[in-house]
Amino acid sequence: MRRLLPFLPLALFAVMAIYFGLGLREDPSEIPSQLIDRELPEFDLPPIEGQAEGLSADDLAGQVSLLNVFGSWCPPCAIEHPMLMQISRAGTVPIYGIDWKDPPGAGAAWLERNGNPYARVGSDAEGHVAIDLGITGAPETFVIDRAGRVRYRHVGIIDESVWRETLLPLIRHLQEEGA
Amino acid sequence: MRRILTGLLLALSLLVPGLPAATALVSPGPEERLDDPELEARARHLYRELRCVVCQSQSIDDSNAPLAADMRGVVRERLLAGDSNAQVKDWLQDRYGDYVLMMPPVQANTLALWLMPFLVLFGGGVAMIVFMRTQRSRMDRSDEDDADLAAALSDEEGLS
Repeated sequence: MRRLLPFLPLALFAVMAIYFGLGLREDPSEIPSQLIDRELPEFDLPPIEGQAEGLSADDLAGQVSLLNVFGSWCPPCAIEHPMLMQISRAGTVPIYGIDWKDPPGAGAAWLERNGNPYARVGSDAEGHVAIDLGITGAPETFVIDRAGRVRYRHVGIIDESVWRETLLPLIRHLQEEGA
Repeated sequence: MRRILTGLLLALSLLVPGLPAATALVSPGPEERLDDPELEARARHLYRELRCVVCQSQSIDDSNAPLAADMRGVVRERLLAGDSNAQVKDWLQDRYGDYVLMMPPVQANTLALWLMPFLVLFGGGVAMIVFMRTQRSRMDRSDEDDADLAAALSDEEGLS
Protein backbone atom coordinates (compact mmCIF):
# COMPACT_ATOMS: atom_id res chain seq x y z
CA MET A 1 0.00 0.00 0.00
CA ARG A 2 2.78 2.36 0.98
CA ARG A 3 4.56 1.68 -2.27
CA LEU A 4 1.51 2.76 -4.26
CA LEU A 5 1.20 6.08 -2.43
CA PRO A 6 3.63 8.01 -4.66
CA PHE A 7 1.37 7.19 -7.62
CA LEU A 8 -1.64 8.87 -6.02
CA PRO A 9 -0.98 12.29 -7.65
CA LEU A 10 -0.64 10.60 -11.03
CA ALA A 11 -3.93 8.76 -10.51
CA LEU A 12 -5.61 12.01 -9.47
CA PHE A 13 -4.22 13.72 -12.54
CA ALA A 14 -5.52 10.93 -14.77
CA VAL A 15 -9.02 11.17 -13.29
CA MET A 16 -9.10 14.95 -13.73
CA ALA A 17 -7.66 14.76 -17.25
CA ILE A 18 -10.40 12.34 -18.32
CA TYR A 19 -13.10 14.41 -16.65
CA PHE A 20 -11.98 17.72 -18.16
CA GLY A 21 -11.24 16.04 -21.49
CA LEU A 22 -14.87 14.90 -21.65
CA GLY A 23 -15.94 18.40 -20.63
CA LEU A 24 -14.10 19.85 -23.62
CA ARG A 25 -16.24 17.82 -25.97
CA GLU A 26 -19.40 19.52 -24.78
CA ASP A 27 -20.48 22.63 -26.60
CA PRO A 28 -20.66 25.40 -24.00
CA SER A 29 -22.61 27.67 -26.32
CA GLU A 30 -25.61 25.37 -26.06
CA ILE A 31 -27.48 26.41 -22.96
CA PRO A 32 -30.19 23.90 -22.07
CA SER A 33 -33.67 25.29 -22.59
CA GLN A 34 -35.71 25.99 -19.48
CA LEU A 35 -38.91 25.50 -21.44
CA ILE A 36 -38.70 21.77 -22.05
CA ASP A 37 -42.00 20.16 -20.97
CA ARG A 38 -43.29 23.54 -19.91
CA GLU A 39 -46.07 25.49 -21.50
CA LEU A 40 -45.06 28.00 -24.14
CA PRO A 41 -45.01 31.47 -22.55
CA GLU A 42 -47.89 33.75 -23.50
CA PHE A 43 -47.13 36.16 -26.31
CA ASP A 44 -49.04 38.18 -28.86
CA LEU A 45 -46.91 39.58 -31.65
CA PRO A 46 -47.94 42.04 -34.36
CA PRO A 47 -47.74 40.96 -38.01
CA ILE A 48 -44.76 41.72 -40.23
CA GLU A 49 -45.29 44.30 -42.94
CA GLY A 50 -47.80 43.35 -45.63
CA GLN A 51 -49.50 40.63 -43.61
CA ALA A 52 -52.81 40.87 -41.83
CA GLU A 53 -52.25 38.44 -38.97
CA GLY A 54 -49.56 38.36 -36.33
CA LEU A 55 -48.71 35.46 -34.10
CA SER A 56 -49.85 34.63 -30.60
CA ALA A 57 -49.18 31.61 -28.43
CA ASP A 58 -52.83 30.57 -28.84
CA ASP A 59 -52.36 30.13 -32.59
CA LEU A 60 -50.24 27.09 -31.89
CA ALA A 61 -52.80 25.29 -29.73
CA GLY A 62 -54.36 21.98 -30.66
CA GLN A 63 -51.68 20.72 -33.04
CA VAL A 64 -48.08 19.67 -33.18
CA SER A 65 -46.08 22.52 -34.65
CA LEU A 66 -42.67 24.06 -35.11
CA LEU A 67 -41.84 27.52 -33.83
CA ASN A 68 -38.86 28.97 -35.64
CA VAL A 69 -36.98 32.11 -34.65
CA PHE A 70 -35.31 33.87 -37.57
CA GLY A 71 -34.13 37.25 -38.77
CA SER A 72 -33.29 38.71 -42.15
CA TRP A 73 -29.95 39.80 -40.63
CA CYS A 74 -29.01 36.24 -39.76
CA PRO A 75 -26.83 34.38 -42.31
CA PRO A 76 -27.42 30.87 -40.86
CA CYS A 77 -31.17 31.49 -41.23
CA ALA A 78 -30.66 31.93 -44.96
CA ILE A 79 -28.86 28.58 -45.03
CA GLU A 80 -31.68 26.93 -43.09
CA HIS A 81 -34.42 28.51 -45.17
CA PRO A 82 -34.59 26.00 -48.09
CA MET A 83 -35.03 23.17 -45.56
CA LEU A 84 -37.97 25.00 -43.95
CA MET A 85 -39.47 25.52 -47.43
CA GLN A 86 -39.16 21.80 -48.05
CA ILE A 87 -40.80 20.91 -44.71
CA SER A 88 -43.59 23.38 -45.40
CA ARG A 89 -44.21 21.96 -48.88
CA ALA A 90 -44.33 18.41 -47.51
CA GLY A 91 -47.07 19.58 -45.14
CA THR A 92 -45.98 17.29 -42.30
CA VAL A 93 -46.16 20.01 -39.70
CA PRO A 94 -47.06 23.72 -39.72
CA ILE A 95 -44.17 26.10 -39.09
CA TYR A 96 -44.74 29.33 -37.20
CA GLY A 97 -42.16 32.09 -37.41
CA ILE A 98 -40.89 34.77 -35.08
CA ASP A 99 -39.10 37.51 -36.94
CA TRP A 100 -36.52 38.51 -34.35
CA LYS A 101 -35.20 42.05 -34.11
CA ASP A 102 -35.75 43.00 -37.69
CA PRO A 103 -36.30 46.61 -38.70
CA PRO A 104 -39.81 47.26 -40.14
CA GLY A 105 -40.22 45.65 -43.52
CA ALA A 106 -36.91 43.76 -43.53
CA GLY A 107 -38.43 40.41 -42.55
CA ALA A 108 -41.27 40.78 -45.04
CA ALA A 109 -38.85 41.64 -47.85
CA TRP A 110 -36.65 38.70 -46.93
CA LEU A 111 -39.62 36.27 -47.07
CA GLU A 112 -40.75 37.85 -50.33
CA ARG A 113 -37.35 37.12 -51.83
CA ASN A 114 -36.76 33.64 -50.40
CA GLY A 115 -40.30 32.29 -50.10
CA ASN A 116 -42.47 32.03 -47.02
CA PRO A 117 -42.58 28.65 -45.27
CA TYR A 118 -44.52 29.98 -42.28
CA ALA A 119 -48.19 29.49 -41.53
CA ARG A 120 -48.00 32.73 -39.54
CA VAL A 121 -45.26 35.16 -38.65
CA GLY A 122 -45.04 37.53 -35.71
CA SER A 123 -42.64 40.42 -35.51
CA ASP A 124 -40.55 40.62 -32.34
CA ALA A 125 -38.77 43.86 -33.13
CA GLU A 126 -37.83 44.61 -29.51
CA GLY A 127 -36.71 41.08 -28.76
CA HIS A 128 -38.92 40.70 -25.70
CA VAL A 129 -40.57 37.46 -26.67
CA ALA A 130 -37.16 36.06 -27.63
CA ILE A 131 -35.97 36.62 -24.07
CA ASP A 132 -39.17 35.06 -22.72
CA LEU A 133 -38.36 32.01 -24.84
CA GLY A 134 -34.76 31.95 -23.64
CA ILE A 135 -33.38 32.45 -27.14
CA THR A 136 -29.60 32.66 -27.37
CA GLY A 137 -29.30 33.12 -31.12
CA ALA A 138 -31.00 32.58 -34.44
CA PRO A 139 -32.07 30.25 -35.85
CA GLU A 140 -33.65 28.36 -33.01
CA THR A 141 -36.61 26.03 -33.35
CA PHE A 142 -39.05 24.65 -30.80
CA VAL A 143 -41.23 21.59 -31.22
CA ILE A 144 -44.61 22.28 -29.60
CA ASP A 145 -47.10 19.53 -28.79
CA ARG A 146 -50.89 19.61 -28.98
CA ALA A 147 -51.22 20.81 -25.41
CA GLY A 148 -49.06 23.81 -26.22
CA ARG A 149 -46.04 22.53 -24.33
CA VAL A 150 -42.48 22.82 -25.59
CA ARG A 151 -41.10 19.34 -26.13
CA TYR A 152 -37.78 20.02 -27.84
CA ARG A 153 -35.55 22.86 -28.84
CA HIS A 154 -33.04 22.81 -31.65
CA VAL A 155 -30.29 25.45 -31.59
CA GLY A 156 -28.88 26.34 -34.98
CA ILE A 157 -29.62 25.27 -38.51
CA ILE A 158 -32.10 22.50 -39.25
CA ASP A 159 -30.44 20.51 -41.99
CA GLU A 160 -31.52 17.35 -43.75
CA SER A 161 -30.04 15.04 -41.10
CA VAL A 162 -31.42 16.99 -38.10
CA TRP A 163 -34.81 16.87 -39.72
CA ARG A 164 -34.73 13.22 -40.70
CA GLU A 165 -33.06 11.83 -37.59
CA THR A 166 -34.34 14.04 -34.78
CA LEU A 167 -37.27 16.30 -35.58
CA LEU A 168 -39.35 14.16 -37.92
CA PRO A 169 -39.41 11.06 -35.64
CA LEU A 170 -40.29 13.27 -32.67
CA ILE A 171 -43.06 15.04 -34.59
CA ARG A 172 -44.49 11.71 -35.78
CA HIS A 173 -44.42 10.43 -32.22
CA LEU A 174 -46.16 13.56 -30.87
CA GLN A 175 -48.77 13.47 -33.60
CA GLU A 176 -49.64 9.87 -32.72
CA GLU A 177 -49.56 10.62 -29.02
CA GLY A 178 -52.53 12.96 -29.08
CA ALA A 179 -54.51 11.37 -31.92
CA MET B 1 6.10 52.37 -34.18
CA ARG B 2 2.92 52.57 -36.18
CA ARG B 3 1.37 50.07 -33.79
CA ILE B 4 2.25 52.21 -30.80
CA LEU B 5 0.78 55.23 -32.53
CA THR B 6 -2.53 53.55 -33.33
CA GLY B 7 -2.63 52.22 -29.79
CA LEU B 8 -2.13 55.72 -28.43
CA LEU B 9 -4.80 57.09 -30.73
CA LEU B 10 -7.23 54.40 -29.63
CA ALA B 11 -6.50 55.13 -25.98
CA LEU B 12 -7.00 58.81 -26.66
CA SER B 13 -10.30 58.20 -28.43
CA LEU B 14 -11.46 56.34 -25.32
CA LEU B 15 -10.48 59.21 -23.08
CA VAL B 16 -12.05 61.97 -25.11
CA PRO B 17 -15.79 61.94 -24.46
CA GLY B 18 -18.11 62.56 -27.35
CA LEU B 19 -15.81 60.93 -29.89
CA PRO B 20 -17.87 58.46 -31.93
CA ALA B 21 -15.33 55.65 -31.40
CA ALA B 22 -15.63 56.05 -27.66
CA THR B 23 -19.41 55.78 -27.56
CA ALA B 24 -19.31 52.74 -29.83
CA LEU B 25 -16.91 50.90 -27.55
CA VAL B 26 -18.63 51.47 -24.21
CA SER B 27 -21.27 48.78 -23.83
CA PRO B 28 -24.04 50.13 -21.61
CA GLY B 29 -24.17 53.36 -23.58
CA PRO B 30 -25.34 56.71 -22.25
CA GLU B 31 -28.74 56.22 -23.88
CA GLU B 32 -29.30 53.28 -21.53
CA ARG B 33 -28.93 55.28 -18.33
CA LEU B 34 -31.81 55.39 -15.88
CA ASP B 35 -32.86 58.77 -14.51
CA ASP B 36 -32.95 57.66 -10.90
CA PRO B 37 -29.29 57.38 -9.75
CA GLU B 38 -30.16 54.78 -7.13
CA LEU B 39 -31.92 52.54 -9.67
CA GLU B 40 -29.06 53.09 -12.12
CA ALA B 41 -26.56 51.93 -9.49
CA ARG B 42 -28.64 48.81 -8.86
CA ALA B 43 -28.93 48.19 -12.60
CA ARG B 44 -25.16 48.47 -13.05
CA HIS B 45 -24.66 46.07 -10.15
CA LEU B 46 -27.06 43.56 -11.72
CA TYR B 47 -25.46 43.85 -15.19
CA ARG B 48 -22.22 42.63 -13.66
CA GLU B 49 -23.92 39.62 -12.06
CA LEU B 50 -25.69 38.42 -15.19
CA ARG B 51 -24.04 36.46 -17.94
CA CYS B 52 -24.36 37.30 -21.59
CA VAL B 53 -25.82 34.15 -23.13
CA VAL B 54 -24.18 34.56 -26.54
CA CYS B 55 -20.71 35.40 -25.21
CA GLN B 56 -20.62 33.39 -22.04
CA SER B 57 -17.39 34.56 -20.49
CA GLN B 58 -18.69 38.11 -20.32
CA SER B 59 -21.30 39.69 -18.14
CA ILE B 60 -24.01 41.72 -19.85
CA ASP B 61 -22.17 44.76 -18.48
CA ASP B 62 -19.10 43.90 -20.57
CA SER B 63 -20.84 42.76 -23.71
CA ASN B 64 -21.70 44.67 -26.86
CA ALA B 65 -23.89 41.87 -28.19
CA PRO B 66 -27.41 42.98 -29.18
CA LEU B 67 -28.92 40.29 -26.98
CA ALA B 68 -26.92 41.60 -24.00
CA ALA B 69 -28.31 45.06 -24.71
CA ASP B 70 -31.83 43.58 -24.76
CA MET B 71 -31.17 41.83 -21.48
CA ARG B 72 -29.97 45.08 -19.93
CA GLY B 73 -33.21 46.62 -21.18
CA VAL B 74 -35.18 43.90 -19.44
CA VAL B 75 -33.24 44.46 -16.20
CA ARG B 76 -34.08 48.17 -16.32
CA GLU B 77 -37.72 47.41 -17.09
CA ARG B 78 -38.01 45.04 -14.14
CA LEU B 79 -36.34 47.56 -11.83
CA LEU B 80 -38.68 50.31 -12.99
CA ALA B 81 -41.60 47.97 -12.36
CA GLY B 82 -40.45 47.79 -8.74
CA ASP B 83 -38.72 44.39 -8.67
CA SER B 84 -36.02 43.69 -6.11
CA ASN B 85 -32.55 42.66 -7.30
CA ALA B 86 -33.32 39.05 -6.40
CA GLN B 87 -36.59 39.15 -8.34
CA VAL B 88 -34.84 40.44 -11.43
CA LYS B 89 -32.32 37.63 -11.25
CA ASP B 90 -35.06 35.06 -10.67
CA TRP B 91 -36.92 36.39 -13.69
CA LEU B 92 -33.95 35.86 -15.98
CA GLN B 93 -32.98 32.58 -14.33
CA ASP B 94 -36.48 31.33 -15.04
CA ARG B 95 -35.83 31.86 -18.76
CA TYR B 96 -32.15 31.10 -19.17
CA GLY B 97 -31.40 28.82 -16.22
CA ASP B 98 -28.44 28.93 -13.84
CA TYR B 99 -26.19 29.80 -16.79
CA VAL B 100 -27.35 33.36 -16.74
CA LEU B 101 -25.87 33.96 -13.30
CA MET B 102 -22.18 34.84 -13.21
CA MET B 103 -21.93 33.37 -9.70
CA PRO B 104 -23.18 29.76 -9.52
CA PRO B 105 -25.86 29.41 -6.82
CA VAL B 106 -25.22 27.02 -3.92
CA GLN B 107 -27.50 24.06 -4.60
CA ALA B 108 -27.34 20.27 -4.88
CA ASN B 109 -25.58 20.14 -8.26
CA THR B 110 -23.03 22.83 -7.42
CA LEU B 111 -22.20 21.65 -3.90
CA ALA B 112 -19.05 19.84 -5.06
CA LEU B 113 -17.91 23.00 -6.83
CA TRP B 114 -18.34 25.11 -3.72
CA LEU B 115 -16.99 22.62 -1.20
CA MET B 116 -14.03 21.32 -3.21
CA PRO B 117 -11.56 24.09 -2.29
CA PHE B 118 -12.27 23.64 1.40
CA LEU B 119 -12.05 19.85 1.14
CA VAL B 120 -8.72 20.11 -0.69
CA LEU B 121 -7.42 22.58 1.90
CA PHE B 122 -8.55 20.33 4.75
CA GLY B 123 -7.17 17.16 3.14
CA GLY B 124 -3.87 18.86 2.38
CA GLY B 125 -3.65 20.18 5.94
CA VAL B 126 -4.32 16.74 7.43
CA ALA B 127 -1.74 15.16 5.10
CA MET B 128 0.82 17.78 6.10
CA ILE B 129 0.24 17.28 9.83
CA VAL B 130 0.49 13.50 9.48
CA PHE B 131 3.69 13.87 7.47
CA MET B 132 5.24 16.24 10.02
CA ARG B 133 4.27 13.94 12.91
CA THR B 134 5.90 10.90 11.33
CA GLN B 135 9.03 12.90 10.53
CA ARG B 136 9.26 14.11 14.10
CA SER B 137 8.72 10.68 15.65
CA ARG B 138 11.34 9.29 13.30
CA MET B 139 13.70 12.01 14.43
CA ASP B 140 12.88 11.32 18.10
CA ARG B 141 13.57 7.68 17.50
CA SER B 142 16.94 8.43 15.95
CA ASP B 143 17.67 10.65 18.96
CA GLU B 144 16.88 7.71 21.22
CA ASP B 145 19.09 5.51 19.07
CA ASP B 146 21.90 8.00 19.52
CA ALA B 147 21.41 8.00 23.28
CA ASP B 148 21.39 4.20 23.38
CA LEU B 149 24.54 4.14 21.31
CA ALA B 150 26.26 6.66 23.58
CA ALA B 151 25.23 4.67 26.65
CA ALA B 152 26.51 1.48 25.11
CA LEU B 153 29.75 3.19 24.20
CA SER B 154 30.24 4.57 27.71
CA ASP B 155 29.43 1.14 29.10
CA GLU B 156 32.10 -0.28 26.89
CA GLU B 157 34.47 2.42 28.05
CA GLY B 158 33.63 1.56 31.63
CA LEU B 159 34.51 -2.05 30.94
CA SER B 160 37.89 -1.29 29.60
